[in-house]
Amino acid sequence: MRPTDVSDPQYFHRVVDCQWACPAHTNVPEYIRLIAAGRYTEAYMLNRKSNVFPGILGRTCDRPCEPACRRTRIDGEPVAICRLKRVAADLRGEVDGLLPAIPDEKNGRRIACVGAGPASLTVANDLLPLGYQVTIFEKLQRPGGLMWTNIPEFRLPGRVLWEEIDHILDMGVDLRLGAPVQSLAGLLEGDMGGPFKAVFLGSGAPKGKELELPGRHDTDRIHIGIEWLEAVRFGHVDTVGDRVLVIGVGNTAMDCCRTAMRLGASDVKVMARKSREHFKASPWELEDAEGEGVQIVENHAPSRYLVEDGKLVGMDFELATWHPGPDGRLKKETHGSTTIPCDEVILAIGQDNAFPWIERDIGIEFGEWDMPVVDRTTFQTTRPGVFAGGDAAWGPENIIWAVEHGHQAAISIHSYCEGRPLDERPSYGQNLISEKMGLHEWSYSNDYDEAERARMRYADLERRRAHLDLEAELGFDYDQTLQEVERCLNCDVQTYFTRELCIECDACVDVCPLSCLTITADGPEVELRGRLTVPALNLDEPLYVSDDLPQTGRLMIKDEDLCIHCGLCAERCPTAAWDMRRSDLLIPYAGLDAGEARPARGMPAEVA
Amino acid sequence: MTHIEKPRVHHPALEQNELGLTRRDYEGRMSTLCAGCGHDSVTAAIIETFWKLSVPPHRVAKLSGIGCSAKTPTYFVKEAHGFNAVHGRMPSLVTGGNAANRDLVYIGISGDGDSLSIGLGQLCHAIRRNVDMLYVLENNGVYGLTKGQFSASADVGSVAKTGEVNRQRPIDPVLLALSLGASFVARGFSGDKAQLVPILEAGLRHRGLALVDVISPCVTFNDHEGSTKSYRYTREHEVEAVEADFVPLRRELTAEYEAGDVREVAMHDGSVVRFRKVPAHYDPTDRDAAYAYVRGRQEAGEVPTGLLHLDPTGQDMHRALGTVETPLVDLPFEALCPGRDKLAEILAAFR
Ligand SMILES: Cc1ncc(C[n+]2csc(CCOP(=O)(O)OP(=O)(O)O)c2C)c(N)n1
Ligand code: SF4
Ligand SMILES: [Mg+2]
Repeated sequence: MRPTDVSDPQYFHRVVDCQWACPAHTNVPEYIRLIAAGRYTEAYMLNRKSNVFPGILGRTCDRPCEPACRRTRIDGEPVAICRLKRVAADLRGEVDGLLPAIPDEKNGRRIACVGAGPASLTVANDLLPLGYQVTIFEKLQRPGGLMWTNIPEFRLPGRVLWEEIDHILDMGVDLRLGAPVQSLAGLLEGDMGGPFKAVFLGSGAPKGKELELPGRHDTDRIHIGIEWLEAVRFGHVDTVGDRVLVIGVGNTAMDCCRTAMRLGASDVKVMARKSREHFKASPWELEDAEGEGVQIVENHAPSRYLVEDGKLVGMDFELATWHPGPDGRLKKETHGSTTIPCDEVILAIGQDNAFPWIERDIGIEFGEWDMPVVDRTTFQTTRPGVFAGGDAAWGPENIIWAVEHGHQAAISIHSYCEGRPLDERPSYGQNLISEKMGLHEWSYSNDYDEAERARMRYADLERRRAHLDLEAELGFDYDQTLQEVERCLNCDVQTYFTRELCIECDACVDVCPLSCLTITADGPEVELRGRLTVPALNLDEPLYVSDDLPQTGRLMIKDEDLCIHCGLCAERCPTAAWDMRRSDLLIPYAGLDAGEARPARGMPAEVA
Repeated sequence: MTHIEKPRVHHPALEQNELGLTRRDYEGRMSTLCAGCGHDSVTAAIIETFWKLSVPPHRVAKLSGIGCSAKTPTYFVKEAHGFNAVHGRMPSLVTGGNAANRDLVYIGISGDGDSLSIGLGQLCHAIRRNVDMLYVLENNGVYGLTKGQFSASADVGSVAKTGEVNRQRPIDPVLLALSLGASFVARGFSGDKAQLVPILEAGLRHRGLALVDVISPCVTFNDHEGSTKSYRYTREHEVEAVEADFVPLRRELTAEYEAGDVREVAMHDGSVVRFRKVPAHYDPTDRDAAYAYVRGRQEAGEVPTGLLHLDPTGQDMHRALGTVETPLVDLPFEALCPGRDKLAEILAAFR
């Protein structure tokens, strides 16, 4: 095998499973250590650098980091990364002075964003500090997009939402509320106060999917989920029938059923076509809904709305099971039908994009499902100067994806305005810093803590039902936080090997509690993986392979899969051939090279 | 965090032995030896050996004298019985322990100082009595614990860390054991577990004293340029004289060898040692041939390693004395101490 090139920042980045899995590559281990040290404000600001909305995401993120967390492979449960983010957001101090400084003198470039959701807000967040003027057109009377209209207040309190949105608006966004863009051609031609140097489409996927079945239009008690949630947010809806059926089992369905419970329904059923293993909702959201008394019904495929004398009385379902067909796709097998009585139906089976306001003759190509064609790297549409991100680009995703799209689009917009090629992306960097403090002393908490994942505490169930706005999750208390931070394995404190120093004494191999290390002869990777101290069967995790060792010419090989970063290999190494070095991934942002920081508002101009 | 114990968490795919135990179950406390000490690798090889042979941890007795090497029993098989003897006296304690309870598995760990200076007589008599034990001599050419003075195994010309050159001829434990008639004599290297573990397995199954001299570099006081017991010197001068596989009873024979290459020797319990690549004119079961061979290689400046001599026909201490099969500790008091009348009877027989 070829020796591993650890000077490529992506190698050690990949070892930090959570950071690698996070679309915005949030530096999770570092912010957890900051929380452990009680430095909540710094933990918050570190989060903000990459994910922009730590308070919002600490409650609502889809958490791609957690299934990736190495701790899951060690003791079955990931570190509660998301909940710890919320701890930082809840306990932080004043951050106004730490937010990016905005130059008084503008650079003369005006950018238009369509929709005031997380993608557009991130574009504004990244471009305003560079002197850009950003105008956001929002069709509703408040900004936030789906973060506001679709996430109920019991999951995301308004104060958290508005404060983080205000951090960006206060940078000087020219926000136009109640201002839907009705014609992109018009916007591009300068109709809406232009001309704009570039336009970013961040209008989301605002259309809930229909379920056309007999009876659909014979009653007004059937609603589209996201519209219904929006109506509840606006205060247009504050009651619901006693028996509610929610059709679909994604995260929107979870918000709908829990909202229905709070509006007074006594019998709420979530109707799923398939069985549990195929559900789209995050497992913790399913748990939360069931904890509030919602019933989840599997293998029921809707076939008819039952309306008698203009009154919704129930719904017919086929009883279905699913089996993989010859093409590998699931095929439905029906076993009769059933009727379930209800007073109200909420449809939460997905969202569509809709671009009636984009003319089809202005150089923006549309592809599959009538979506604009967007470049995956540059986020540019086929019309130069028009960019897209968030749900508007490739359909419904999560907030954290919209944020990352916003960062990348901002980089492209900046390059576009500077006349540089968009596909030359700025490179990542890394800092490697030894954590050694003494013979047996490291500057991080290297001992393995056997604690189990802390359990969330919830507000009292009766109070939750009685108050639509009451936040359901109470967050971690001090002891829980203290326990949970210690579960983090500090995967960014890397085992770093210097081949020239190795005397092949085997001390590291012998001491490693997870049997990660082997000194052996070279061979092809597949064969080599099979003859390590313990065979390395998780192919998603890389092998760290040295060049020929000085005394015998064998190789030092580390299987990164289950390393708990305890540092014992480095501690037992007589020559410091192994060292523990913290890898700090340096991420480039618009107008900033990797590792460069934006001057903060509270910093005197000379220092900045 | 300072001085952590090795976390208990282990790789979920760790193999289990016949007792359902993993290697990790045969570990002891965290080592307090210098990082990189050869003795720690020997400890790892011992852990591997006990695990592979599925030895019940509570049936092991581990004894040692004084020295860095003598500290190592703390670092393996934590459930075992253990005793730290006075400097050089481990063999007497094993002899006594074994006399009283022949059913335990005895392992004695010693050093070149412990065994070849103060305890030389003890070693010789344990060999002579052929006590049923695995005797591991962790040989680093120095007194590690007392900061690196030359030991009796230091080679002529070997340079101490202080610059001093050794002029006295070494006592070689392998040649010594061969000349005393030891029935199992081997040499290994802490840096080569693939060779060491089968030797230790065979040694543990051998009935009688199995002496395993292990070159085990002292990384702090004897791993420099000019040392003849360093990692580098040993790697450059080691010659594997014979390759030995240990095939325990009940394990399938899977490896295939070309005829003529392999020599099999059966052990008491039915397990087998298979010698491979034995050089011409060398027979590991012939003590004199082994002596001549080892001597010859050493004269040529090499360090011959491997299971150098094995004679499974010898009698261990209990068989030589004709003691009862039942361990003395398990005999009823009346049988062990038959009383005044019986004593008088015995004394009368000598009159
Ligand atoms: C009766 C007695 N004499 C001398 C000593 C001092 N002493 C302690 S360890 C040691 C030598 C140990 O050398 P070795 O057996 O080679 O062990 P190593 O530390 O090299 O593993 C000596 C002389 C002692 N502890 N007790
Ligand atoms: S002094 Fe030498 S023998 Fe003793 S622990 Fe240190 S390296 Fe090992
Ligand atoms: Mg010694």
